[in-house]
Amino acid sequence: MITGWGLARIPGISYPLDVEESHLIVRSVTKMKSTENRSANSLFTSLGRLLVIFTLALLTPLLLSTQASAEEVTTFGGTVLDSAKKPLEGVVLVVRDTTSELGTVTTDAEGRWSYSVEKTGNYWVKLDVNTLPSGQGLTEGAGEEKKVIVFSLGKTLTVLFPIGEGAERVSNFDRTMQLVVDGAILGLVIALAALGLNLVFGTTGLTNFAHGEMLTLGGLLAYFFSAVVGLPVIAAIPVAILAAAFIGGFLQDRFLWKPLRRRGTGLIAMLVVSIGFAILVRYFFLFIFGGDTRQLPQYAGQEGLTFGPVSITPKSIITTSIGIILLVLATLWLLRTRMGKASRAVADNPALASASGVEVERVIRAVWILSAILASYAGMMITVNQGVSFLMGQDNLLLIFAAVTLGGLGTANGAVVGSLVIGLFIQLSTLVIPTELKYVGALFVLIVILLVRPQGILGKKDRVG
Amino acid sequence: MDFLFIIQQSLSSAIGVNTIIFALAAIGLNMHFGYTGLLNFGQAGFLAVGAYTTAVLVVSFDFSLWAALGMSVLASVLFALLLGVPTLRLRADYLAIVTIAAAEIVRQIARSATFNDTLGGSDGITGKFGKAYFDLNPFTEGLETPILRFSPNDLWVVITGWLLVAAVLGFMWLIVNSPWGRVLKAIREDEEAVRSIGKNVYLYKMQSLILGGVIGSFGGAVYALSRQSVQPDNYSTFLTFFAYTVLILGGAARVFSPVIGSIIFWFLLVFVEQVLRQAVEQNYIPDWLINANQVSQVRFMLVGLGLMLLMVFRPQGIFGDKKELALDARA
Repeated sequence: MITGWGLARIPGISYPLDVEESHLIVRSVTKMKSTENRSANSLFTSLGRLLVIFTLALLTPLLLSTQASAEEVTTFGGTVLDSAKKPLEGVVLVVRDTTSELGTVTTDAEGRWSYSVEKTGNYWVKLDVNTLPSGQGLTEGAGEEKKVIVFSLGKTLTVLFPIGEGAERVSNFDRTMQLVVDGAILGLVIALAALGLNLVFGTTGLTNFAHGEMLTLGGLLAYFFSAVVGLPVIAAIPVAILAAAFIGGFLQDRFLWKPLRRRGTGLIAMLVVSIGFAILVRYFFLFIFGGDTRQLPQYAGQEGLTFGPVSITPKSIITTSIGIILLVLATLWLLRTRMGKASRAVADNPALASASGVEVERVIRAVWILSAILASYAGMMITVNQGVSFLMGQDNLLLIFAAVTLGGLGTANGAVVGSLVIGLFIQLSTLVIPTELKYVGALFVLIVILLVRPQGILGKKDRVG
Repeated sequence: MDFLFIIQQSLSSAIGVNTIIFALAAIGLNMHFGYTGLLNFGQAGFLAVGAYTTAVLVVSFDFSLWAALGMSVLASVLFALLLGVPTLRLRADYLAIVTIAAAEIVRQIARSATFNDTLGGSDGITGKFGKAYFDLNPFTEGLETPILRFSPNDLWVVITGWLLVAAVLGFMWLIVNSPWGRVLKAIREDEEAVRSIGKNVYLYKMQSLILGGVIGSFGGAVYALSRQSVQPDNYSTFLTFFAYTVLILGGAARVFSPVIGSIIFWFLLVFVEQVLRQAVEQNYIPDWLINANQVSQVRFMLVGLGLMLLMVFRPQGIFGDKKELALDARA
């Protein structure tokens, strides 16, 4: 893909405009890999072990056909690989056109097959699933039959059939249990981030669109201390949390939001400022870190432990436990400590709290620091388990917003409840809808719930405008 | 440095296709945000609906281009209704969250493999769906002057595009100065007061959302036609954010300001990029600081910084009136 922005097209990132006009000079041509799997790698990909070999790429020449060569046949074919990416020999495929069956082909020792046609038109290739070895089947959602559109002759088209360990091997109950666990962990990640967002919103009224960047900050710091400095992960995380609390909490509030509050900047204006800040920070992360997803060197390919139907990696157990502890500590801080109570007073009525002797600015600073700790740890959970990229914040921001809106903006328990609902819903919805659409489902549910209960699950009525 | 080249690139961009697209997107947002006070963060969704309806109907359903363009207006009205019914009763900050979610739903559905056959998946749709439009192009030669440079097709898009912008601006000017437009501004200032004189605020907001959305979808249609392709990731939240930057730069709640904002935005964007690029190539900026691939990242960082500074120090933009934007979510 060529971009006139002069920037290598980074997988996953979205570019608002793809300038290809002739008056802009195209300077860099960089081939990048497909962005197909973006949503898959962004969060806890639950079905990794079950799925897939391949994204189906029904590459018809539809997009690219400009000239036909002198040859008079178009060949379509592909390679059939099993779930371990080993070629499958002897798989039978049946080719037909609109009216009749044209013939069958069988894959060779490398799993390859091909079929040539002499006329343009529509063809269908059907994979005979009975010829697959036992335990292998087409992944869910992939049809046995693929349509091939031949627009012009002299081409070679690729037809791929995605094959996994056959859905029939995993019972629905086992899969549901796994998804519940994955969903709860995802919910915890969202909850950590959402609680911080809600606390800041509660005390200052700021809808912080740059909150996702705090997750990225946490992830990048963890990467820095672990991969660059060389600390073991277990030591890198506390150091990274401290650094994130200082940079994302103290410095951010001290040098950005506090001066804005002093100026009396309106809340909508601050919302837009946070968008500008998010863009600035996101591209700064891209600038220093590059566009790829990187894993921490330690625990990269850890084997999962099996508990009945559920498989979970030790690192996931440990990071999840720490996450739960942090969440409980944060809740206790809110409910039991003087500062926590003061923060709820500020959220309720800043002027009255101030008049009653609460130091509002100190409370806000504490809330920012807590928010940074929670959000950066959420980013570290993602980093340890899936790696970190500069897009982490952007990928998760809408889920955090969805959770917060669902639970009730500004309510602490609402954020946690909403997050669990969103996390479980996202994972469990893959039982019914294609995995790549699971976030769409979550956002859709958000809109539906707002129709029925605009104030969210635990919210108060006054938020309705 | 080749300053003539830099000026040529920047000026061509300042009146070029991107400027037209963002002007249309921002005019729509001006209707929503500037005049009605609706914090619509889903404008990218409207552009996507406009672009995709045009492309899909022609490529996959054999519509004529003109029928498809008509349908894209209908589709964006429908999208506005779908978006408006659940959200228009919400407070401004919730509206922002829900509209941004809706636009993201549109993009993710468009790029999903599930609908690969009709919507083209993450590669989008490329095809000659704009043929009927480019067949009308009277220009056989492009424009080639020291300060402006366009290919024949771009020249045709630019001329028709600016005619469209002019028509939309004329419409906007008439409508915001009508009694209807005054009700919108009143809603922005004080919803309760408008309700108290018996106006149906919800209905007015809905009409505003539809009109601004349709104008945005024009931008999407221009986007699709000018490139003869649609790609889902072009319609991400960044598009909306940049449209807001354009609007705020020009000054919200002024009829002409989105256009001025868009011209300045694109001039600066290309100017900064070209200057940086040449500075890097000729080693005025050392490679360890910024290398050639990082130029556009620096440029986006500057966009973010610019948006922040604008909002803090001059929220009314270049032409806006500060009093017109005393909007506050909690007020």
